[in-house]
Amino acid sequence: MDRAGAAIRVQGLEKSFGQVSVLRGVDIDVARGSIFALLGSNGAGKTTLVKILSTLLKADAGRAEVNGFDVGRQAAGVRESISLTGQFAAVDEILTGRENLVMVARLRHLKNAGTIADDLLRRFSLTEAGARRVAAYSGGMRRRLDIAMSLAGNPPVIFLDEPTTGLDPEGRLEVWRAVRELASGGTTVLLTTQHLDEAEHLADRIAILHEGRILVNGTLDELRKLLPQATVEYVEKRPTLEDVFLALVTGEKR
Amino acid sequence: MNKHFAGDTAVLLGRSLRHIARSPDTIITTVITPIAMMLLFVYVLGGAIRTGTGSYVNYLLPGILIITIASGISYTAYRLFLDLQGGIFERFQSMPIARSAVLWSHVLTSVVANLISLVVVLLVALAMGFRTGADVLGWLAVAGILVLFTLALTWLAVIPGLTASSVDGASAFAYPLIFLPFVSSAFVPTESMPGPVRAFAENQPVTSIVDSLRALFAGQPVGSGIWIALAWCLGILAVAVAFAGLIYRRRVG
Ligand SMILES: Nc1ncnc2c1ncn2[C@@H]1O[C@H](COP(=O)(O)OP(=O)(O)OP(=O)(O)O)[C@@H](O)[C@H]1O
Ligand SMILES: [Mg+2]
Repeated sequence: MDRAGAAIRVQGLEKSFGQVSVLRGVDIDVARGSIFALLGSNGAGKTTLVKILSTLLKADAGRAEVNGFDVGRQAAGVRESISLTGQFAAVDEILTGRENLVMVARLRHLKNAGTIADDLLRRFSLTEAGARRVAAYSGGMRRRLDIAMSLAGNPPVIFLDEPTTGLDPEGRLEVWRAVRELASGGTTVLLTTQHLDEAEHLADRIAILHEGRILVNGTLDELRKLLPQATVEYVEKRPTLEDVFLALVTGEKR
Repeated sequence: MNKHFAGDTAVLLGRSLRHIARSPDTIITTVITPIAMMLLFVYVLGGAIRTGTGSYVNYLLPGILIITIASGISYTAYRLFLDLQGGIFERFQSMPIARSAVLWSHVLTSVVANLISLVVVLLVALAMGFRTGADVLGWLAVAGILVLFTLALTWLAVIPGLTASSVDGASAFAYPLIFLPFVSSAFVPTESMPGPVRAFAENQPVTSIVDSLRALFAGQPVGSGIWIALAWCLGILAVAVAFAGLIYRRRVG
């Protein structure tokens, strides 16, 4: 059932930092091979959720499973199944781009680490820069390397925390292409983003995390239907996801 | 122990050794203080210090080697702190690697870097007239004590590396360690010190270690002092590993 079913399953997940309750009962299911976008304002708890799913943080309550492994009790199984690209680039500045890739490939215990590194450099247009130290990379190159490092070994589930923040339009398209490629190859992708158009273009399903809970969760079309009819008639175009997001989030506060 | 421990540690050790190879200034800043002290003590103050033995460089070198290690290990705290700050630590923690490999690679890097620093200081000492009667076994014993002492202090440095909230905090803890040799037999015989200071000096780890190294260099019997020196090193090592491990597990869950 799990093979065909959800790659990520989260039920009633709670997490507080001291007095601040960040997640207050989060439920999501992410189907295998799909792209799931998690939207939320600054401080909504997106990174916190991703860190719990990638075994970096412990939840206070609730359950979370990744690839059939419980994130609390079977952390090693989860780590075998996932790869994390955190919100801030986690690359070694002193090593070259290629050395960074070879290092993660070895740490994933893969054979032919060199070949894998060269292949990833090519996929992310970093072949030229591969022999240079990362300290000399631009922000966009660093981000691309960071994502490339997560793909070594083709883990079945990938978390991308704001993968395109700081990238130029071309870099964004490159990342989008890579994400689509992953999903078509059967990889499950959970990404967080501030760019609503990114979710709109990429995701099979979109969830909005707000005040510690999942406010809505559905396909783009399902989310569009949530807007009151009057507004739909008023605007000429179909509402963008941004309209939906703002209406829901600000509507909630009032 | 995880079946990947050795392999993962080797990969991460390779990474940190590249850091050292690409910023050799860390070796230079480590050796500059001990070498300056050696010059100061031998050529400026040495004439006024009565140690009873012949050459003052010979008397001084063991303490200088201890200072070299004490200043070198703060780089472990520094590098560990930077890994934690930069996010690469979280990448490693989310990967299927042996959990302790991350710490061990930093510790072994420290051993390598400190051995290089020690060799540099030793070469300067030789140029300043240091001579030894130690045979191969004596040299091995010296190397063994220095490696053990480096391991013990490095594991101690792991603690601020994991807990500090700023770069300065991560490396500042080493300063008191650098001054420990001054209140020991490293520079002047303890007999010349007033009562309470002398009592402290004679019962702190540096004195027993320095005395053992001095005896080994001179090719003389080390006596029971070496057991006290080894006990100190192993004791500090055990306590530091236990604490560092506790903090690490709490930190990474
Ligand atoms: N280690 C921590 N200690 C205390 N509070 C924390 C910690 N980590 C996160 N928080 C708090 O939890 C809340 C959610 O943070 P989180 O980083 O998950 O948000 P986010 O949705 O990723 O925001 P952003 O879009 O800005 O990245 C914030 O209020 C933050 O201050
Ligand atoms: Mg975030």
